[in-house]
Amino acid sequence: MAVLVVAAHDGKTVRSNVANAVTAASQMGPEVHVLVAGSNAGEAAKSAAAIQGVAKVLDAEDTAYANWLAEDVAPLVVKLAPNYSHIVMAADSVGKNIAPRVAALLDVAQVSEAIQVVSPDTFVRPIYAGNAMATVQTADKIKVVTVRPTNFKAAATGGSAPIEQIGGTGAGGLASYVGAELSKSERPELTSAKIVVSGGRGLASGENFKMLEALADKLGAGLGASRAAVDAGYVPNDYQVGQTGKVVAPDLYIAIGISGAIQHLAGMKDSKTIVAINKDEEAPIFQVADYGIVGDLFQIVPELTAAVEKK
Amino acid sequence: MKVLVAVKRVIDYNVKIRVKADNTGVETANVKMSMNPFDEIAVEEAIRMKEKGQATEIIAFSAGPAQCQETIRTALAMGADRGVLVQTDAELQPLAVAKLMKAVVDKEQPGLVIVGKQAIDDDSNQTGQMLAALLGWSQGTFANKLNVADGSAELKREVDGGLENIKIKLPAVITTDLRLNEPRYASLPNIMKAKKKPIEVLAPDTLGVDIAPRLKVLKVEEPPKRKSGIKVKTVAELVDKLKNEAGVI
Repeated sequence: MAVLVVAAHDGKTVRSNVANAVTAASQMGPEVHVLVAGSNAGEAAKSAAAIQGVAKVLDAEDTAYANWLAEDVAPLVVKLAPNYSHIVMAADSVGKNIAPRVAALLDVAQVSEAIQVVSPDTFVRPIYAGNAMATVQTADKIKVVTVRPTNFKAAATGGSAPIEQIGGTGAGGLASYVGAELSKSERPELTSAKIVVSGGRGLASGENFKMLEALADKLGAGLGASRAAVDAGYVPNDYQVGQTGKVVAPDLYIAIGISGAIQHLAGMKDSKTIVAINKDEEAPIFQVADYGIVGDLFQIVPELTAAVEKK
Repeated sequence: MKVLVAVKRVIDYNVKIRVKADNTGVETANVKMSMNPFDEIAVEEAIRMKEKGQATEIIAFSAGPAQCQETIRTALAMGADRGVLVQTDAELQPLAVAKLMKAVVDKEQPGLVIVGKQAIDDDSNQTGQMLAALLGWSQGTFANKLNVADGSAELKREVDGGLENIKIKLPAVITTDLRLNEPRYASLPNIMKAKKKPIEVLAPDTLGVDIAPRLKVLKVEEPPKRKSGIKVKTVAELVDKLKNEAGVI
C-alpha cells in the first residue's frame, strides 16, 4: 500500500520540509503520494509533483482548506486514509496540530517526531528532550507518523508525478482564521539554514540582537534564540530553538550568550559543528561545542563579524 | 462555565534523567516528580479566567498512579476547585488519556478544556488535539494569548513563522504554549486549604475505556554522545578552525 504525505504549503510551493518527509515516507512503503489541500493550491501541487520519489499528487481544492485549520483538514485526511498504510507529516506547527486529530479520528496511535524509520512499523523517536531515544512499534493498521525533517535528507527535485484533482470535504464551521503576525525576514529559514547564529540571555536586550544580525547576514545564516531570550521579549517566539521550539541541525551553529540548558540542547545538538561563545567557562553549552571561546560576547562577536568573509 | 484542566506528573524538568541499564525505559525511582510545566500554564490560565468571572469552577484532571494526587493537590493549591484522578498503574499513552478525559468531559460537561501542549517526558504533543477530535470540538493549539467571550474564543497561536490568530467555537480544547502566562506559586495558606478540597478517584474500567497501549516500546537507549571539543583563545584561531578544520565557512 502507498504512503500519504500531507504537505503544508503557502499556495505557491509546498514547504521545503515536505521533501524531507517524502524521503522518510519512501522508507515506510513502496509508493509515496502527496496530498496538497488548499484553495487555489495548483502551483503548490505542481511543486509537490516535482519532488523525486512522489508517484502521485492529490490536489484537494476547497476554500475550507485555505488556512490549514485542523478541524477542516483532518476530515479530508481521514476520508483518504483507508487507501494508505501510513499518513506522514513533517513535525512542524502544521503537522503537530493536524496529525493527532487525524490519528484520534482513525482510533490509532501517533508516532511523534520520528527521527529514524527502522521498518515500516518501527520508528526511533526522542523522548525527554532528546536525552533518551525510544524505539517504538505500532500494530495499528493505518500508521500516523510525524517526522523530524532535519533527520531525513531532502528528496531531490526533477520528478514529474501526475496530479489528480479531488473534491473537498467542506467547512465544519468550528474554527475560523482571523490573520497572522508573521516575522518578516530576508534571512534563511531557521530549520533549513546551513548556518544558524543563535543568541541567549547573555545578549541582555533585543537591541543587542542587531549585533547577531550583522554576523548572520555576513554568514548568510538564519537567526535563532534560546527560550530565555524569547521569554525576555528580545526576539519573537518563532526564533526559539529547543525541546518545545524548533529543532535545527545546520552545518554550523553558533551559540552566543546561551548557557545550554538541556531544553535548548535538544533543539540543536545534531548540528554538524557547534561554536559556543560565553563568558562563563562552566556553562553546559561548552560540553557539546566543538569550538568554544570563553569571554565577553560584546567584544568577540564584532571581532568575529569583521573576521569572516562575506558569503 | 466549568473549565477542566489536565495535569500530568512527570520527572521534574531540572532532573538529568537516566536510561535504565536494561534499556526498558527511564529510571523513575527516587527521582523528583513535578507537574508538567505546560500544565502549570494551563492551570494558571483557568485561574485567571475564574478571577475575571469567566469560569465558575476549575476541575483538575490527572491519570496515572496514586501519587498523581500530589500533582492534583498542587493544582488545587494554585486555585483549582476540585480534582478527578483516573487511577491506574498501567502505562498510559496519549490516545488512552484522551479517551479517559473524554469520559470525564462527558460527565462534567465543561465549556472549555485547557491542557499543556506537550508533556516534557514523552514529548508527544498529542493529547489535546486527540481529545478535541474525540469530542468533535474545535482546538486552539499552542496558545500564546486566549480571550474567551460569548460562546467563542479568540486566540493567538505560536506557529512556525510567528503568530496566527484564530477564532474558535466553544466548547473547545486549548493547548498552552510557553508565553501564554507565567504560573503563580501556591501560597502556604492556599496549600493548607487545598488539603480539604475533594479529589474523586475513578478507575479506567468504570469509565468503560480501553487503555491498552497501542505503541510497543521495544527499547530505550542513551542518545549518541557528542565528543567534547576544544576551547580556542582568539577569534582568529576560531575562524581558522572553522575554515580549515571543520570546513563550514
